[in-house]
Amino acid sequence: MELGSRSSKSRMIVSGVVPFAFLVILVAYIFGPGSELLDLGVPLPEISMETIDFVDSEIVVTVRNTGPIPVEIAMADVNDRIQPAAVEPDRFLDRYETRTVRIPFEWNEAEPYTVGLTTHDGTRFEKEVEAAARAPEPGPELLGFFTIIGTYVGVIPVMIGLLWLPFIKKISKTKYHFFLALTAGLLLFLGIDSVEEALAVSEENLAGSFNGSLLIATVIVLSFLGLYYSGEKLVQTAKSSKLSKPLAVALMIAIGIGLHNFGEGLAIGAAVGLGSIAFSTFLIVGFAIHNTTEGIAIAAPMSREKTMLGKLAALGMIAGAPAIFGSWVGGFAFSPLSSVIFLSIGTGAIFQVIVTILRWIRVEGDRNLSSASVASGFAIGMLIMYLTSILV
Amino acid sequence: MLYCKTYLRLSRSVLMGLAIIMTAGLSVAIFPSITEAQMIEKIFVTHTGGIVKTTGEVIDPLYVESTMEFDPMEYLRDFDYGTVSTLPDGTVLREFVIVAEDDKVMEVAPGVFYNVWTFNGSVPGPTIRATEGDLVRINFINNGSKVHTMHFHGIHPAEMDGVFEPVGPGGGKFTYEFVAGPVGVHPYHCHVMPLEEHIVHGLYGVYIVDPKEGRAPADEMVMVLNGLDTDFDTENNFYAANTIPFYYQHHPIQINTNELIRIYVVNMVEFDPINNFHLHGNLYHYYPTGTYTVPSTYTDMITLSQTERGIMEFEYKYPGKYMFHAHKVEFSEKGWAGIFLVTDDSEQISEGS
Repeated sequence: MELGSRSSKSRMIVSGVVPFAFLVILVAYIFGPGSELLDLGVPLPEISMETIDFVDSEIVVTVRNTGPIPVEIAMADVNDRIQPAAVEPDRFLDRYETRTVRIPFEWNEAEPYTVGLTTHDGTRFEKEVEAAARAPEPGPELLGFFTIIGTYVGVIPVMIGLLWLPFIKKISKTKYHFFLALTAGLLLFLGIDSVEEALAVSEENLAGSFNGSLLIATVIVLSFLGLYYSGEKLVQTAKSSKLSKPLAVALMIAIGIGLHNFGEGLAIGAAVGLGSIAFSTFLIVGFAIHNTTEGIAIAAPMSREKTMLGKLAALGMIAGAPAIFGSWVGGFAFSPLSSVIFLSIGTGAIFQVIVTILRWIRVEGDRNLSSASVASGFAIGMLIMYLTSILV
Repeated sequence: MLYCKTYLRLSRSVLMGLAIIMTAGLSVAIFPSITEAQMIEKIFVTHTGGIVKTTGEVIDPLYVESTMEFDPMEYLRDFDYGTVSTLPDGTVLREFVIVAEDDKVMEVAPGVFYNVWTFNGSVPGPTIRATEGDLVRINFINNGSKVHTMHFHGIHPAEMDGVFEPVGPGGGKFTYEFVAGPVGVHPYHCHVMPLEEHIVHGLYGVYIVDPKEGRAPADEMVMVLNGLDTDFDTENNFYAANTIPFYYQHHPIQINTNELIRIYVVNMVEFDPINNFHLHGNLYHYYPTGTYTVPSTYTDMITLSQTERGIMEFEYKYPGKYMFHAHKVEFSEKGWAGIFLVTDDSEQISEGS
C-alpha cells in the first residue's frame, strides 16, 4: 500500500515534469538549431529619454536602451543642432541599461527645447521639453518644501474631511447610505483618474517595450488582489477581536487612499521637478479640495462607532501622509516606470476600497444597492469629483 | 491594552501585504545598471568655450576625429585627368574607369555608421577634369547590387545621358563618350529611380571642363556641399563640405596670403531646397556654373539650389583663421562649416627670389 502510494506520487511528479521538460526543449530549439526560423526582419535600435533636467549651463538626459539590441550613443543635439556631450559612465548600452548624457548648453528659462540623441546607426531620437526650468536641487530646503506641500495636499484636507464625522453621525440611515455611496462615487472617479494618469505617463515617457497599458492592468489587478486578500483577513480577524468591523473597513479605505495619495504626491513632485510651476499651483489647490472628500470616505464607515480621536487621526495620517513621500520621490527620483507602477498600485487600491464600501453598504443597508440614496450618492460623488477636477 | 496589541498585529499583516506589493513594484521599477565606471576624469571644452569635467566618454563630432577611409583633405585638391592619349586627328582622349558600389559602410561622423554608395570607393566620386574639346571616355562598371548609371551635366548626345541606358548590377558595363564642354564646373550623378535615394547615398561627383586657354594659376580646390540622411526620414542628419561633418573645422585648410584661391563649389544637398556659402573676412568673385569669364558678383554669400554650382575666386590679405560655412545655421551647426588657416607667404616669396 505504502509502495503504491509512493509510486503514484513519483508518477505524479513525472507527469508534472514531462510537459515542462518539453517546454524547455521547445525554447532551447528556437535559441539553438531553430534560430534561423526567427532570422527574419531587422532588429532596430531604440532608446528612450526618460528624464531631461536643466541644471547650471547643462542639460542632463537619462537615456534607456529600450530596443532589442545593444546600442551606442554617438551624438547629442539640442534643437537639432549638434552639441558636444559627455556620456557617463560610457556610451555603450545593453538592453534596458541607462546612461546619463550631459550636454553643456546655456539654456533659457521657459523656452521649449528638443533634445536629440543619435545612435551608432545614424538614427536620431528626440524628445521635447515644453518649457525649460531649473531642476530642483536635492537638499533639505526642497525636502522641507515638499513636506509642506505634501501636508497641505494630503494630510490637512483629509483631516478637514474627517471633521464631517459628527455631522454624518447625526444623520438618518438613508442619508448615511447616501454618504457611503457618495464616497464610492468619489473613489470610482479617483480610480478612473489614476488609470488615465498612468496611461498618460506611460504613453509620453515609457518605451513601447514596457507594454505600458498591460503593465498598468497587471499592477492594478495585483494591487487589488493583494489588498483584497489582506483586507478580508483584516475584517475576518476583526470579528474575533475587539477591532470593530467599521474600523477595519475605515482602515482599508485609509490604506487605499494613502496609496492613491502617494501617486498624487508623485504627480506634484514631478510637476515641480519639470518646472511647470503655475501648473503645480493648480495641481496643489485642486488636489487639496479634492482630497477633503477623501476624509469623508474614511469618516463614513466610522460614523456608527464611538468616536476615538486618536484612531481617527491615525487613519487620517495613513491616508494623507503618503502624499508627502510621493512628492519626495516624484521630485527627487522621478522615473516614468516607477511612476506608472505607483499610480497603478494606487488605482488597484482605490478599486479595492470601492468594493469594500459597496459590500459595507449591502450589509448595512438590508442587502440593497439600488435605493435612491445609494444611486444618487454615487452619482453626486462622481459629479463632485468631476467639478473639483476642473480646478486641477 | 489587549485591543492595542490586536490592532498592531492586524495592521502589521496588512502592512506586510502592502510591503510585498511595494517591493515587487520597486524591484521592477529600478533596474540596477551597475557597470565598471572609468573613474578617470576628462575635461572637454564646449563650443562656447565652457569647460566641462566628466568621468564618462566625450562625444563631439566637432573636435573628435573618426577613423575614415575617405580623406577630405586629399579629395579637396585631387583632380583626375584620366589616362591621356592623342587621337590621329590630334584630339586629346581622356579615359577614366569608374566603378560603382553600394555595399560599403563608412564611419561618417564619430561613432555614426552609414551605408554609402560610391563611385570609385568614395563620396563624392573622383573629380573628373578635362579641357574643352577633349574626348572624354568613361568606362563605367557597376559592381553594386542595384542598377546604376552615370549622368553628366553638360552637352552630349542623348544616348550618353545615363538615363535610359540602365547598367545592371554585378558587373554591368557601359562606356560614356562625349566631347568635353561647355567650360565650367558640372556635377555628375547616378540617374536611377528613386533618384533621391541614389544621390543621397553618395553617387555623385564633380566634372570640371577647363577653357582651352586655361585659367590664371591658383590654389584650386573642390567643395561638394552635401548632406547625409542617416535615418532615412527625408531630413538630413548631417551637412558638410566634402561629406565629413566639421572636417575642415578640426583640419583647417592651409592657404597663403596674396595667393589666388579658386574653389569649384557644387551643391548636392537633397531634401533642403537651398544651400549657401559664406566666407569670413573676405569677399569672392563668383562665376555661376563657371561658364563665363566675367564674374556675376563680388560677395561673401551665395545661394545655391540643387546641383547649382560655380567658381569662387579670392585672395586673403591678412593671415589668420577664417571660417567658411553655410549661413543657414542649421546646416553649419550640423557639420557644414570649416576654417581657412591663412599664413603669410612672405617667407616663400623671399625663398623664391
